[in-house]
Amino acid sequence: MAWWQNIPLFLILCPLVCGVVCSVLKGKAIRIMMAGMTLLECVGMGILLRYTAEGNISFVFAMGETGAPFGNELRAGSTEALIGLAFSLVLLLSVTGGDSSLKEDVAGKRLNLYGAMIGLLTAAMAAIVFTNDLFTAYVFIEISTLSSCALISATNRGKALFSSARYMVMNLLGSGLFLLGLSMLYALTGQLLFPQLGTAVRNLMASGSYPVPMYLSFLLMTMGLCIKSALYPFHTWLPDAYSNSTAVSGALLSSLVSKMYIFLMIKIALRAALEEAFILRIGDILFVYAAIGTVIGSVHAIRQHRLSRMIAYSSVAQIACVYLGISIGGTEGITAALFYILAHSAAKSTLFLTAHKLRQVSGGADGLEDLRGAANRNHLAGLAFLTGACSLTGIPGLGGFAAKLYLAQAGIARGGWRMSVLLGLLALSTVLNVAYMLRASLILYSREDKIPSESPHRHDPLFAVTMIIQIGLNLFLGLCGNTVMQLFRSGLTLFI
Amino acid sequence: MLRQISAVLNQHLDEAAALILFGIGFTLLLMDKNLIKKIIGFSMMDSGIYLFLASYGYIGNRLAPVYSGGNTDPASYVNPLPAGLVLTGIVVGVSVTAVMLGLTVRLYERYHTLDIDEMAEQIRREGK
Repeated sequence: MAWWQNIPLFLILCPLVCGVVCSVLKGKAIRIMMAGMTLLECVGMGILLRYTAEGNISFVFAMGETGAPFGNELRAGSTEALIGLAFSLVLLLSVTGGDSSLKEDVAGKRLNLYGAMIGLLTAAMAAIVFTNDLFTAYVFIEISTLSSCALISATNRGKALFSSARYMVMNLLGSGLFLLGLSMLYALTGQLLFPQLGTAVRNLMASGSYPVPMYLSFLLMTMGLCIKSALYPFHTWLPDAYSNSTAVSGALLSSLVSKMYIFLMIKIALRAALEEAFILRIGDILFVYAAIGTVIGSVHAIRQHRLSRMIAYSSVAQIACVYLGISIGGTEGITAALFYILAHSAAKSTLFLTAHKLRQVSGGADGLEDLRGAANRNHLAGLAFLTGACSLTGIPGLGGFAAKLYLAQAGIARGGWRMSVLLGLLALSTVLNVAYMLRASLILYSREDKIPSESPHRHDPLFAVTMIIQIGLNLFLGLCGNTVMQLFRSGLTLFI
Repeated sequence: MLRQISAVLNQHLDEAAALILFGIGFTLLLMDKNLIKKIIGFSMMDSGIYLFLASYGYIGNRLAPVYSGGNTDPASYVNPLPAGLVLTGIVVGVSVTAVMLGLTVRLYERYHTLDIDEMAEQIRREGK
C-alpha cells in the first residue's frame, strides 16, 4: 500500500484531534488552529486528487483489514478527492474570510466550542466523503447534525437558539427515516458495505424477492437525506438557520453541510441501490419536488427584504437544481449534479461572507434598504458579492453558467418529457434568479441617501485575500469547467 | 383479510411493535409543540429502530456471540453485528438527546416556555 493511501484516514482523525485541541486554546490561537486544520485538509485532499487522477485509480482502505460483513472501509478515487477538496476549500475560505464575524459574534469560551465543532464537522465531512459503509455514514450524519446545531447557536442570541432547535427537530426526523431505511435494508441483505450491499440488492432484484420492502427502504433513506439537505418541501428549517447564524456558519451550512448529504445520496444511488432502480422509481418523485422547489425557492427569495434571508431562500432553489441533475440520472446527470454542487458551494460561501461584510460597513443592518450603497463603502466585498450573484444567475464565464449548461446538456441527452421540463425550468429559474440578484446588486451599488452613523470600515487583509480567491474560484469553475467535468466523468467509472 | 393480517402480525410481532413505536415517536417529534415531548418522541423513534434491529439480530436456540466452552462453530452463535449497531445507535441517540435537552434549557431560560409556537411569537415581537 502506497503512503498516500493512508491519507483518507488521517483526514478524518486529524480534525478530531484539532477540535479537541481547540477546546483548550485561547482567542487568536483557536482561529489559527481552525485555519491550519482546514488548510491541512485541503493539502491532503489535493495530494489524494493528484495521485488518484494521475493514475486514474480508486482504492479501498480496509480498517483493521477485516472484510465484509464485519469490517469497515474507506474508499477514495478522484471523485471523492475532488469533492473533498472543494468542501475543504470552502471550509478554509469560510473560516478565514469570516474571521471578523467570529470576533464579533462568538466571544470568550464559546469560541473554544466553535473550534471544536468545526473540527467535528470537518471530520464528518471527510468521513461521509470517504466511507464505504452505510452505518458509518449514518453515525457521521448525526455528528454533522450535532456540530451544525452548535454552529448555528454559537452566537447565543434568542433567534439563533430557536433556529438551532428547529434545525435539530427537522434533521432528527431525517436521521430517523434514514436509520429506519438503513435497518430495513440491512435486514433484507445482511450487508452494510457498499460493494457487498450492491451485489446483494442486485441478487434480490434478479430473484424478485422483497420488492416492496426494498423499495420502501430506499425511499425512507432518500426522504431522510432530502429533509436533511432541505429539498422542497422539507426546507422550512433552512432560511432561519442560515440567516440567524454567524456568517461562517451560514457559509458552511449552505455550501458544505447540505451538499454532503446530497453526495451521500449519489453514493448510495450509484453503489448500493443500482442506478437504474433508483432513477426509474424514486427519481420521478425527486424530479417533481425539485422542479417545484426550483421555482418556489426563487419566488420566496424575491419576496425577502433581508439580504441574508434572500440568499438563504436562494439556496432552496439551487439545491433543487442539484436534485434535478440527480433525478435525470446517467453519467451526464450525475456529473452535472456534482458540478452544480461545486459551483453553488463556491458562489454561496462568497455571498454569505460578503453579505456579512456589507452589513458590517452599514451599521449592522440586514434589511436590503439599509444596505443601500454598501458596495461603495467596501469595494472588494461588493465585487465579490456581484461575482457570486452573477455566478448564481448564470452569467457566462462563471461557475453557475457552466453548471446550468451541463445540467441542460444532461437533460438533452436524457430526452423525453424531462428534457422539455428541465430546459423550461432552467430558463425560468435564470429569470427569477436575475430578478432578486439584480435587485440586491442595484441596491448595494446605488448612491446612498444617508451615510450610516457608524461605518466601521476596517482594513481586513485576510478577508481581502479570501475574497480574491473566492472570485478566482468562481471564474475557474466557469472557464475550466470542462477539465473538472472530465475529472468527474473519469472518476465516476471508478466510483461505481 | 383480518385473519391474514393477524397471521402476519403473529409472525412479525417484534417488527410490528418496532414500527408502531417508530410511528408514535415520529408523530410526536413532528407534530407536538412542546420541546420536551419532541425529545421524548425522538427517543421513542430511536428505540423503535433499535428494537427492529435487535429483533432481526436474535435467533432462537443460538448463543450470544461470546466465545465459550470451546465451541468454535460460528453457526452456534448469533450475528454480533446488529447488537453492535444498536449499541452505536444508542450512543449517538444519547448524545443527540443531551444536546437537545441543553438547547431546551437555554430556550426555556430565555423565553420561559417550552411551546415552540409561543417562542416563535415572542421572537416575532422582539424583531418588531
